[in-house]
Amino acid sequence: MLASLTIHDAHDQLARHDISSLELTEAIFDRIVQFDPILHAYLHLAREAACAQAKEADARRAKGEDTPLLGVPLAIKDVICVKGLPATAGSKILQGFVPPYDATAVARLRALGAVFLGKTNTDEFAMGSSTENSAYGVTHNPWDIKRVPGGSSGGSAAAVSADLCLGAFGTDTGGSIRQPASLCSVVGIKPSYGRVSRYGLIAFASSLDQMGPFAKDVRDAATLLGVIAGHDPLDSTSMPIEVPDYTAHLRPDIKGMRVGVPKEYFIDGMQPEVEQAVHQAIEVMKSLGAEVREVSLPHTDYGLPVYYLLAPAEASANLARFDGVRYGLRVDGRDLWSTYKGTRGQGFGPEVKRRIMLGTYALSTGYYDAYYLKAQKVRTLIKGDYEAAFKEVDVIACPASPTTAFKIGEKADDPLQMYLSDVFTLNQNLAGICGISLPCGFDGQGLPIGLQINGPAFGEEKIIHAAYAYEQATDWHRRKPMINE
Amino acid sequence: MSITRQDVQHIAELAKLNLSDAEEALYQEQLSAILDYAQRLNALDTEAIPPTATVLPLRSVMREDVARPSLPVDEILANAPARSGDSFEVHVILED
Repeated sequence: MLASLTIHDAHDQLARHDISSLELTEAIFDRIVQFDPILHAYLHLAREAACAQAKEADARRAKGEDTPLLGVPLAIKDVICVKGLPATAGSKILQGFVPPYDATAVARLRALGAVFLGKTNTDEFAMGSSTENSAYGVTHNPWDIKRVPGGSSGGSAAAVSADLCLGAFGTDTGGSIRQPASLCSVVGIKPSYGRVSRYGLIAFASSLDQMGPFAKDVRDAATLLGVIAGHDPLDSTSMPIEVPDYTAHLRPDIKGMRVGVPKEYFIDGMQPEVEQAVHQAIEVMKSLGAEVREVSLPHTDYGLPVYYLLAPAEASANLARFDGVRYGLRVDGRDLWSTYKGTRGQGFGPEVKRRIMLGTYALSTGYYDAYYLKAQKVRTLIKGDYEAAFKEVDVIACPASPTTAFKIGEKADDPLQMYLSDVFTLNQNLAGICGISLPCGFDGQGLPIGLQINGPAFGEEKIIHAAYAYEQATDWHRRKPMINE
Repeated sequence: MSITRQDVQHIAELAKLNLSDAEEALYQEQLSAILDYAQRLNALDTEAIPPTATVLPLRSVMREDVARPSLPVDEILANAPARSGDSFEVHVILED
């Protein structure tokens, strides 16, 4: 079945002229028509435009061009701007907004001949861990449709998992790529902060956001990362340093690689099967020759309060632009101020409002020192923990999520409970380091478990190497969900 | 609760958000819980610790002062809820 191909297998078939990009694209749309009404991974489908892109890719290939993404159909999270396709950020406040430009990452993909199938569902403004905060309905986990796919990039994760695209892009501010990858049994990479341009990414928290790939295996994820990574003059927070060839690090031998296991990441309250599966994965790495040792990240527990002060503070500034003036929803009032208040009051959902309020409070006069500044100082300590650990080990292995996929509605009423889903993924954004999540097993109910591997800032080749070695020694990545109606 | 109803109203005013009575009550409760939880940061002595605003060493990134083409005005205004010529139209801001 064409839709179940990996990007690298599809490339090989395209290169041999066994299939055309148009056939591949149509096959995936047929599958989308069949399964997306159940899953709701997509917010917008671009069949006509995608088929036009596919035909163009086929024409380029006929003239002798051959690159890894030429004619490859991908899905893009709806917080990322694709010219001519809607971008709602999962919010009513951007209903009807059509970006007049491509995000830099998207422009690079487009230039290489990738095909854009559509925009995927997301928690509103990327704020959430389940995709339940989308103003346009929840996405269902392909492994059990009564459960969440994780968030905020739940649509992208589900789409890859259910073979409704060959690969996808999402964003990760506090875990929004790694956690849904874990819950949906796909590979997801959060690049180091500054590795990938944020130009064209609808901003949530400017010092934490990164765009990254979802894929069916580590090889594909490495390929996708290589295309979007690199300095962009349009993003002054992108590092002007070289991008390695990540695919050159897809080696199955990790003899002598020092793998750190942080004791603070194996805690009461995490699902026992998750703990077991991750420990087993670490044993596999040991059997492949890795040197496994315990490390400590002493400020781990402070990550949650730090994140839930800094991220909302940054969001309160970034979301000030949504005011009914230049784009999206406008709720007209008797004057400018009431237009702002009405537009924002109606256009933003509860979680977004909650975080804007939290952030505004933390930054306000009289509270700035006690909350925002304090959190920034603790952020320095958390970053320091990782710097110290990476002097002793090459990579760190830990869970991506304390539990497998929870039921839709289960955590919706208690925001703090929902925030706890992110405990294993927040600190890496605060420290600015990189992380990959990949399948490492399933629980007793057949729900996916993910292994997270973290590396130092701009050390993506290390986590790709470690992840590839583990993946190739196991079979988890070949399992596919049976989507029940 | 650490946050009062007046605090909620003040923040909503700063953030330009219209809230219903029910929302005010809900957020008062939820924000108080979250901010109470954030108090645990006080267990750490950060007197001598510098704050991290960005994890990167980049500061004041500049470019050459050379004019480049901007996005076409019509494309930008295509998303405008209200347009007047080449401008976004809004309510009067300054009254005489």
